[in-house]
Amino acid sequence: MAEDSLLKARGIDKHFGPVQALTNVDLDLYAGQVTALCGDNGAGKSVLTKCIAGIYQIDQGQLLFEGHPVHIRTPRDAALLGIETVYQDLALADNLDIVQNMFQGRERVQNGFLDEDDMERAAGRTLADLRVTTVRSIRQPVRSLSGGQRQSVAVAKAVMWNSKLVMLDEPTAALGVVQTKMVLELARRLRDHGLAVMVISHNLNDVFEVADRIAVLYLGRMVAQDRASAFDRQSVVEYMTTGASSRAATHADGNGEKHGES
Amino acid sequence: MARAEAPESAADPTAAASAAQLEVPPEIAAQSLREWLSAWAARIRSGDSGVLPVILAFAVITVVFQAISPHGIFLSANNLVNLFQQSAVFMVLAMGEIFVLLLGEIDLSIGYAGAVGAAVAVQLVQPATTKWPWWAAIIAGLLACALIGAVQGTLITRLRVPSLIVTLAGLLIWNGGMLLILLLGPFSGYPSLAGNNPNLHVLYNLMWGSIDPVASWIGATVVVIGIGTGLWLGDSRRRRSGLVAPPASLTLLKITLIAIVAVVVVAICNVNRAAFGTLAGVPWVIPIVLAVFGVWMVLLQRTRFGRYVYAIGGNPEAARRAGIKLSAIRTWCFVACSFTGGIGLLLYASYLGGMSNNVNGGQLVLYAVAAAVMGGTSLFGGRGKVLHGVLGGLVIGGIYNGLYLLGIAVQWQFIVTGLVLIVAVSIDALSRRSATSGSAARV
Repeated sequence: MAEDSLLKARGIDKHFGPVQALTNVDLDLYAGQVTALCGDNGAGKSVLTKCIAGIYQIDQGQLLFEGHPVHIRTPRDAALLGIETVYQDLALADNLDIVQNMFQGRERVQNGFLDEDDMERAAGRTLADLRVTTVRSIRQPVRSLSGGQRQSVAVAKAVMWNSKLVMLDEPTAALGVVQTKMVLELARRLRDHGLAVMVISHNLNDVFEVADRIAVLYLGRMVAQDRASAFDRQSVVEYMTTGASSRAATHADGNGEKHGES
Repeated sequence: MARAEAPESAADPTAAASAAQLEVPPEIAAQSLREWLSAWAARIRSGDSGVLPVILAFAVITVVFQAISPHGIFLSANNLVNLFQQSAVFMVLAMGEIFVLLLGEIDLSIGYAGAVGAAVAVQLVQPATTKWPWWAAIIAGLLACALIGAVQGTLITRLRVPSLIVTLAGLLIWNGGMLLILLLGPFSGYPSLAGNNPNLHVLYNLMWGSIDPVASWIGATVVVIGIGTGLWLGDSRRRRSGLVAPPASLTLLKITLIAIVAVVVVAICNVNRAAFGTLAGVPWVIPIVLAVFGVWMVLLQRTRFGRYVYAIGGNPEAARRAGIKLSAIRTWCFVACSFTGGIGLLLYASYLGGMSNNVNGGQLVLYAVAAAVMGGTSLFGGRGKVLHGVLGGLVIGGIYNGLYLLGIAVQWQFIVTGLVLIVAVSIDALSRRSATSGSAARV
């Protein structure tokens, strides 16, 4: 990890009333890499994601984006930085077609009227870039798409805006085998386009198939963070369930670059 | 999720495509007219019947009433013009209601809110009292309606009171408001539009005035050429740049249909309708309804505002996350609804030849919602078109007119209208349920 991370979170604390959701969490997300964020239910994966996405505000700690300290207070702040999140519910409107969904909230307008031609061309280019080719027509309503296709459209919607970091929340949770493959392939393609990708998942098959780096949260603490090759299935499970691993003790403070090369 | 049974075979493009095929609107998937027709038929079989039930309903009504009305009077030119005049109020009110139905809300007050506007306008032009010019009176009346919509919309969006309750209160309040306004001046509650005053005359002619037959032909030609050129240029530009577009033959077919409808309507209207003397030409109410239809259709289909209305109706949470200002859009929809209600009730006042405390806004709103739903608009938001209001209004007007011709009492008119509504919506619901693909989300 010679290069510097795109997003650097340092000492993040977040509590809801008396409940401490995140304690002194550090996280690094690198451009051109897929980072898998793992953890059991309630470990704080979603809270951390929502802090970065601007839905929650952090109580303590610092976020650095491209080396600069940033304050992300709203989803809009995150979008302006180039941070996009694809939530589990995908946030697609079933009654609108693919183009309309991809441009939702950012429609292109000419003389006061929607510039459908321009939007359709741009949406078509993005989908072709991501090789999302199984849809019959980009003018078909989203309700007519399969689960994997919907996920692809949601991801394409997220990367249309020169985004630099895309966070995928449980992207394969509702999908079958073939569609899961398709979505993971898509995550890899984003990485190949030079984006930083964070995949939240507790499906270890997916994690090991797609991740370049793995970060594990346990009860609101970051217990391990390193290259994927430094983990095996067993150690990740141990980190997720106990917060430590007997097999790979060196990972207990896996982010050795913590105060390192920056 | 409605499509829990979604096929897991997306890696195979052909399988995914065939599974999705039935839900793809035919005009985006077809390369030729023949393909379009078969895609259309497949879509109807799959349960998305679109405007077909309402068109069938109108066809049935036409055939039945033509068969049983005395001397086949139903399809006479005189009666068809009359039918359109009667339907116009339902059409316009339904077009207004569609704005809030698209959000999954409802506006029960549209009848009386519109009646307040109409009462204001009719009062203001009275030569015995305020003597306002007709245009100022209409603007004042419609502004009153827009204000009512803004107040109700604000209560609904900011205080989060359900629209059903706010507009139910509105129905009562504006009923009272209409009665209060009608009691102003020396008209004992019945300000009339009869008389020789030019301002009265303009309001009266909204419904009863006709355009000169020659001018009718010229106007219709201009409108058809305008719409036809627009359609043709737009579609062929999209075809040239490789965007999703209907086949040329379909575009031509659409233009031809519009032209045929225009020719038939003008030809019917240009038949002399008077028993003595001459009364011919397209009544002003037709271009008025067309203008409301055109403006609202462009607003809903071609602008950001319209796109946001559909987005909110489809998935409000997604719209919120996309940065759409839900409260503002929702409030404006209630404004548009009441404003359109004002246009509808102005037409109704013109039809009655004045305003009266007998105007039943409670019944009008039910017809408006019925017309929109019959036309294919969903009560649950996200699905609906302005066209649905026009078609549904025509069906309700047809029933009203046909039963009136038969001399059947009003109680039967209510019952038949209710039955037709149930049948039209049931056909839609049944065809959706029998469909293999998602239905719950689209009821």
